[in-house]
Amino acid sequence: MVDKRAVNCEQVWREISNYIEGDVDAPQRAAMDEHFSACKHCASVLAGTRNVIALYSDERMIDEQTIEVPAGFGRRLEKRLAQNVRVRGKRWSTWSAWLVPAAALLLFAGGLRVANSLTSGPELKSEHAQAGQGIPPDMLVVVTADAKVFHVPGCGVIHNKATERTLTAKEAMQQGYVPCLRCLREYLQTARAGHVALETEADADADSDEGELHDSGH
Amino acid sequence: MALNALVNNPEQAGTTREQDLIARVQRGQNELFYELVRPYERRVYAAALAILRNESDAEDAAQEAMLKAFANIRQFRAEARFSTWLIQITVNAALMRRRRERTVVMEAIDDRREEESEYAPREFADWREIPSESLERKQVRQKLGEALATLDRKYREVFVLRDMEQLNIQETAEALGISVASVKTRLLRARLMLRDLLAAGWEQGWFSRLPFEKGNKPW
Repeated sequence: MVDKRAVNCEQVWREISNYIEGDVDAPQRAAMDEHFSACKHCASVLAGTRNVIALYSDERMIDEQTIEVPAGFGRRLEKRLAQNVRVRGKRWSTWSAWLVPAAALLLFAGGLRVANSLTSGPELKSEHAQAGQGIPPDMLVVVTADAKVFHVPGCGVIHNKATERTLTAKEAMQQGYVPCLRCLREYLQTARAGHVALETEADADADSDEGELHDSGH
Repeated sequence: MALNALVNNPEQAGTTREQDLIARVQRGQNELFYELVRPYERRVYAAALAILRNESDAEDAAQEAMLKAFANIRQFRAEARFSTWLIQITVNAALMRRRRERTVVMEAIDDRREEESEYAPREFADWREIPSESLERKQVRQKLGEALATLDRKYREVFVLRDMEQLNIQETAEALGISVASVKTRLLRARLMLRDLLAAGWEQGWFSRLPFEKGNKPW
């Protein structure tokens, strides 16, 4: 008489990974246990698979002797983090100190120049906006679904916040997003007169991909 | 179950200090962020490398990921493991980078290949446990790395995230943007393929020079 619960070798192989994960129901587990005790081949597959997991999950598989992190990785990371902290802090203080009135005036004065900035560079998602200039490419910004604008995290005019996702300014611009008029005002062409400090700061960073932004941005 | 216990333990020790650091960074002590992520540099880099297989791309992706983690640190919830959260962000950054680059076409071809066709194990000899001390030998780790490198991308990624980076199945699926069912299928195949590859390796004396009975393979 055939046991209804019995499973054959192929069925065992198909489930062996789930079995190890504890991801099979009780009857299935019982059937497999029975099979393992009777079938040397499958017992071998089980033991070998467990061995694979035990070896590769060992901490030593990701230690300093196995995975060599490039020299200077930590230093470069620290530097980029520091830059991010600095730029972020600076932006807010600058904004509150003098940028609002200055930008408001310049927005009127520079209205016509906006058109020029639209003639080159990546296709913009909004004609009513302009590409930013001198935005540090590594700066983290957020975009939301169906919007065309990218923001500094925490900007007060982010709509549809639930769909927020973070990316770098460079990525956002490559994807055709434009800077928020409110929180990224200082990087807009209309706000540029007399404001070069941040651009210089971004340029000062020697990381290789940094320069591309300026080449492709306009 | 045993596997999960094994997997969750190594990080318990530093947890309280880590939670403290996270809380402080979340409250605005930005300068502490590097201290928080430094212990994970290698794991983050390893995850990026598993996906990009190029050292400079992996470094870029790893660093982008750290910056994203920094920007989003307030969204991190204490219920999650910080390392898992960090690895998921890294995988995401690495995948974005890969999509942007030339491999897109190859990726599509790779993905179209069989997922359904089943993998039948080839080696059936008696198994014996490989002592974990064998990992002390650099040559052994190297051989394990080489075996892993022969796997197709989609199998390797799932295996690295689940069995090496120790994400769970759900987390692995989320990180890679694939279904839980796909993770399970690929993981099964990766494990079985590695098992066969390692069985061959045993015979060549990778793991131990201990004599074993004639005709007995390690598994």
